[in-house]
Amino acid sequence: MAELFDDLYRELILDHYRQPRNHGELPDAPIHVEGVNPVCGDEIHIDLDVADGSVKDVSFWGQGCSISQSSASMLTERVKGRPLAEVARVTGKVRAMLIDGALPDNDLGDLEALEGVAKLPVRVKCALLCWNVLEQGLREAATTA
Amino acid sequence: MLDIEGIRRDFPILQQQVNGHRLVYLDSAATTQKPRQVIDALVRYYETSNANIHRGIHTLAQRATDQYEDTRKKVACFMGARNAQDIVFTRNATEAINLVAYAWGDAFIGEGDEIVLTQMEHHSNIVPWQLLAHRTGAVLRFVDLQPDGTLDMDSFRALIGERTKLVSIVHMSNVLGTINPVAELAEIAHAHGAKFLLDAAQSIPHLPFSVEETGADFVAFSAHKMLGPTGVGVLWAGPGLLDEMPPFLGGGDMIAIVREEGSTWADVPYKFEAGTPNIADVVAFGAAIDYLQDLGMPEVRAHELQLTSYAMDRMETVPGLAFHGPRNPELRGGVVSFEVPGIHPHDMATIADSHGVAIRAGHHCAQLLMRKLGAPATSRASFSVYNDEDDVEVLLESIEHARKVFA
Repeated sequence: MAELFDDLYRELILDHYRQPRNHGELPDAPIHVEGVNPVCGDEIHIDLDVADGSVKDVSFWGQGCSISQSSASMLTERVKGRPLAEVARVTGKVRAMLIDGALPDNDLGDLEALEGVAKLPVRVKCALLCWNVLEQGLREAATTA
Repeated sequence: MLDIEGIRRDFPILQQQVNGHRLVYLDSAATTQKPRQVIDALVRYYETSNANIHRGIHTLAQRATDQYEDTRKKVACFMGARNAQDIVFTRNATEAINLVAYAWGDAFIGEGDEIVLTQMEHHSNIVPWQLLAHRTGAVLRFVDLQPDGTLDMDSFRALIGERTKLVSIVHMSNVLGTINPVAELAEIAHAHGAKFLLDAAQSIPHLPFSVEETGADFVAFSAHKMLGPTGVGVLWAGPGLLDEMPPFLGGGDMIAIVREEGSTWADVPYKFEAGTPNIADVVAFGAAIDYLQDLGMPEVRAHELQLTSYAMDRMETVPGLAFHGPRNPELRGGVVSFEVPGIHPHDMATIADSHGVAIRAGHHCAQLLMRKLGAPATSRASFSVYNDEDDVEVLLESIEHARKVFA
């Protein structure tokens, strides 16, 4: 268990939890989406600005455990300024890693630190919450574009 | 004094290691573990007595019926009820409350009638009444809490009035541990002509209980929180109440005569037990009641009071740790909800699990209360007859570990 446990609370996760990146509202962002995990009360809000086929800007805020909040922080870092095709690819890889236990590759950057979550099925939903919210935001962006 | 070592030996599940550590099970408010005696009763039933009840002529049918009905008598005795026929078996406490909401509520609650609940109710004692209010146009009122997690009796007296038809209140909070002054609440409810429903899911497993002393008109609880199997709940109703109520579910076993143009109902409680019930688990529930009776409920309460007191004293030494609910252990049951600064309850529960400690983290199916507390989630340790001070110490170690990780 020590190994499993060390895998879960890696320094990188704790760092994003203590000092979340892109945290807080984006007052001018056209898209605001939010999601809650009704089982545990975790809450993620994402502000999103999509233009010219890229995520121009993104921020998040919310409340919840270290896994849910650090995942969101890493998400914003990874997708900010990136083309939508890349965002979709990364989202797919995060899901594959968390749900199917697929090995992460360099494409995931810091998100690789979430690999250990896959071994604790009850915590997978914590890490996935922000990715579901992001996808909802991208769908809204696509319909309002 | 309970012999905790001896009790532990009766619970096969506690003999295992979890994540390389002795299992320390501190989630009995969610469901308790089951002693060998209960598990054996379940197996014995299927091996020796299995048959459908109340209709067969053959030997097994009679045996199964006798065992099923024996548990009804044991439940009556355990809760101090005079008449076993006032007891209906349901799936769980939630279904027992829903039975009252549908069968009694639809018949006796109308538009503008008021139902008084409290802010510390479990969702199982909120949502059935919201559904009833939606069907009938009744209005729900919620009694406020005091800062220490006890009921605000002034708020209760102010809310109850001419239109109040029902007061439905939890006996012991599954989050705060608060034990409510039910006899006083029932007396006030009755003075206004209202019925009083007691959600005893957290109290009956842990306290000496006498239904007459509570003054309740309805009592709901679950077998699985009192060392019994899942899938069995109990509704007790005061004399004559079940007779006044129309059936809840229709089907076999609940009828007297069925004709094309309509049917007549079986006597209570069978009128409310449509279809083949959970016979085996009801029979095994009888063994759980025997087990608790043998320990003695005053001894169970004394043990859990001492352990809760010890846990709160020890946890109070953790810097910044905050409890919810009354600080005085006499006013509460063996449920301790807590927050450690900077550590989300889910992280706390995961780290506790890495020490083999099972605690609950989340909103505990009490979102109204969590909003009131201003906490989206808490960690909760809850005790039963197989827990002791060593378990509390392992919990403390895991809290210290979590504090190091999140320092």
